[in-house]
Amino acid sequence: MSDINAGGWRPSMGEAGDAKFTTFSGDYGLMLEEALSFELGSADKCGVDLDPADRAPVAGLNKFLRKAAPGLPGLTEPETVRHYTRLSRQNYAIDLGPFPLGSCTMKHNPRLNEKMARLPGFADVHPMQPQKTIEGALEVIEQLADWLITLTGMASVAMSPKAGAHGELCGLLCIRAALDARGEKRDVVLVPESAHGTNPATAAFAGFKVESIPATPEGRVDVAALKAKLGPNVAGVMITNPNTCGLFEPEMKEIGDAVHAAGGYVYCDGANFNAIVGKVRPGDLGVDAMHINLHKTFSTPHGGGGPGAGPVVLSEALAPFAPLPFVTRGADGAIHLVEEENASEGHAQAFGRMVAFHGQMGMFTRALTYILSHGADGLRQVAEDAVLNANYVLRSCEDLLPAPFADSGPCMHEALFSDAGLAEGFSTLDIAKGLIDEGFHPMTVYFPLVVKGAMLVEPTETESKAGLDRFIGSLRSLAQRAKAGDQSLHSAPHFAPRRRLDETLAARKPVLVWKGEPGIPGTPSLSEIGGS
Amino acid sequence: MTRYFSEDHEWIEVEGDLGTVGITDYAQGQLGDITFVELPAEGSTVGKGDSVSVVDSVKAASDVYTPVSGTVTEVNGALADTPELVNTEADTGGWLFRVTLSDAAELGGLMDEAAYKSYVESL
Repeated sequence: MSDINAGGWRPSMGEAGDAKFTTFSGDYGLMLEEALSFELGSADKCGVDLDPADRAPVAGLNKFLRKAAPGLPGLTEPETVRHYTRLSRQNYAIDLGPFPLGSCTMKHNPRLNEKMARLPGFADVHPMQPQKTIEGALEVIEQLADWLITLTGMASVAMSPKAGAHGELCGLLCIRAALDARGEKRDVVLVPESAHGTNPATAAFAGFKVESIPATPEGRVDVAALKAKLGPNVAGVMITNPNTCGLFEPEMKEIGDAVHAAGGYVYCDGANFNAIVGKVRPGDLGVDAMHINLHKTFSTPHGGGGPGAGPVVLSEALAPFAPLPFVTRGADGAIHLVEEENASEGHAQAFGRMVAFHGQMGMFTRALTYILSHGADGLRQVAEDAVLNANYVLRSCEDLLPAPFADSGPCMHEALFSDAGLAEGFSTLDIAKGLIDEGFHPMTVYFPLVVKGAMLVEPTETESKAGLDRFIGSLRSLAQRAKAGDQSLHSAPHFAPRRRLDETLAARKPVLVWKGEPGIPGTPSLSEIGGS
Repeated sequence: MTRYFSEDHEWIEVEGDLGTVGITDYAQGQLGDITFVELPAEGSTVGKGDSVSVVDSVKAASDVYTPVSGTVTEVNGALADTPELVNTEADTGGWLFRVTLSDAAELGGLMDEAAYKSYVESL
């Protein structure tokens, strides 16, 4: 693998494509190289016109008085704008092409969502504004809450959690509060192998002991093993449905009934709700709590677009324990915020508060826009098309890449392959890096753990058939090259801004802090960071 | 000294009532480059089958289960700076921890080298 950047420090773009010469600038055509902002900047440059810093230091700072320059990059405004724009051109995004990361639901973010979220009445609200001045915004929250309750068939929803894992924690804290109210000390949460990786982490963080439930050879929860574990110490089970093998858990109702009979609660990880929205109501399956990643099913942006939102829908049993604050419609029809525990409105049992304010307005507005612009029939078609697209990928590639659960029936929203059968020395990583050369973001790799060399492909419903055919053609070509032992695949990507990076060195000896130019004091030497 | 193997791909080499535990060469090969090893606390009491250590690789974070019950007497401090020892010397210098056995009868449930070899071939 001599083509891999050996030093780890400051990999260079090198010769791009067929170029047989190097350029003076280091840029190649319109593929622009970019230094770190610290290397571009200097202390005497500034993007704004500030008064000279010639005042005496404020008295009383004592030991907090700065003794050296703060180490800021010092860039002009055009340099700053170009820096980030240049970096963004080396990135890959859903707005550039398919992003088939399994379990992540990287679907198109409709521009209508963005337009609505930017309306000043939503974009400029302040969480401490008087309620009377934000009734429209509160109504958006209330309407979205109503849709989420309707789509999931649940009793209520906690809107304030900030993301999927935060929602998981909210659900488990509700379960804990319900158990406390019953005066029971149950400390075990069961988590199947086919669940999302965050589930055991959440259960442990919430103070529960995690016990694993094996998967069946068909890639589903081993119901007999789960039932055998149920008992007076089991607080609940965390199930991802559809699961991370891309399969629906048809025995969910039976599992829920058994867990309830044993006195436990059912948490469902709703990360894959995209596959069943409008088709299945988790409330009908015996689910007590489920988070909904608005950035997945309801098309709000992933990262970069602002903080997330992970509302948690709750069953009748857990609803009384939902965290404050929340939006409610009073008997008089007026919408208001419930900020304090109070018995008169039936909120005396709230387990507390997870965040200071009412949730993520921008995400709520985008998600409601998505829901209203799709309507119930449109949402149902989202699930149908997502499942259709995933099955198209599965059946189009399974002759070249083994699909371990292909015989378990149709997959849901994602297709799972394994790297078994590639030539000696070739693995999932080579296929993933090859996809970069083909102009795609790689799929999820080495997850779920129950499949060796897993490749989890989630095309989503927003890819056209022509787009899917192009992706399938690329994946098939890569599989054929890997089966034939094409060594060039080992050094992929060849055409990206950076060649294959040394992921092992990056994990073992991460360089997390800029300390100066290589070769000048304060900069780690190559030997210090493990390079040569 | 006798070496035993578990179905979870740990090995334990026993001398008297002291066992040295590591993961097998097959296991490290499956995991890929090891980037970090989380070791149990010295002096901690562990029960057979407990998850006592975590091996992080570029592919995954994997639990290591102790094949016997007992008390952890020593951990391999060299792994803090050179986790790659688990890759290069899984059977020797890449050992994870030492444990005094509280129930030597537990060894009866483990495989010998020949049995482990055929177990791996069956996977």
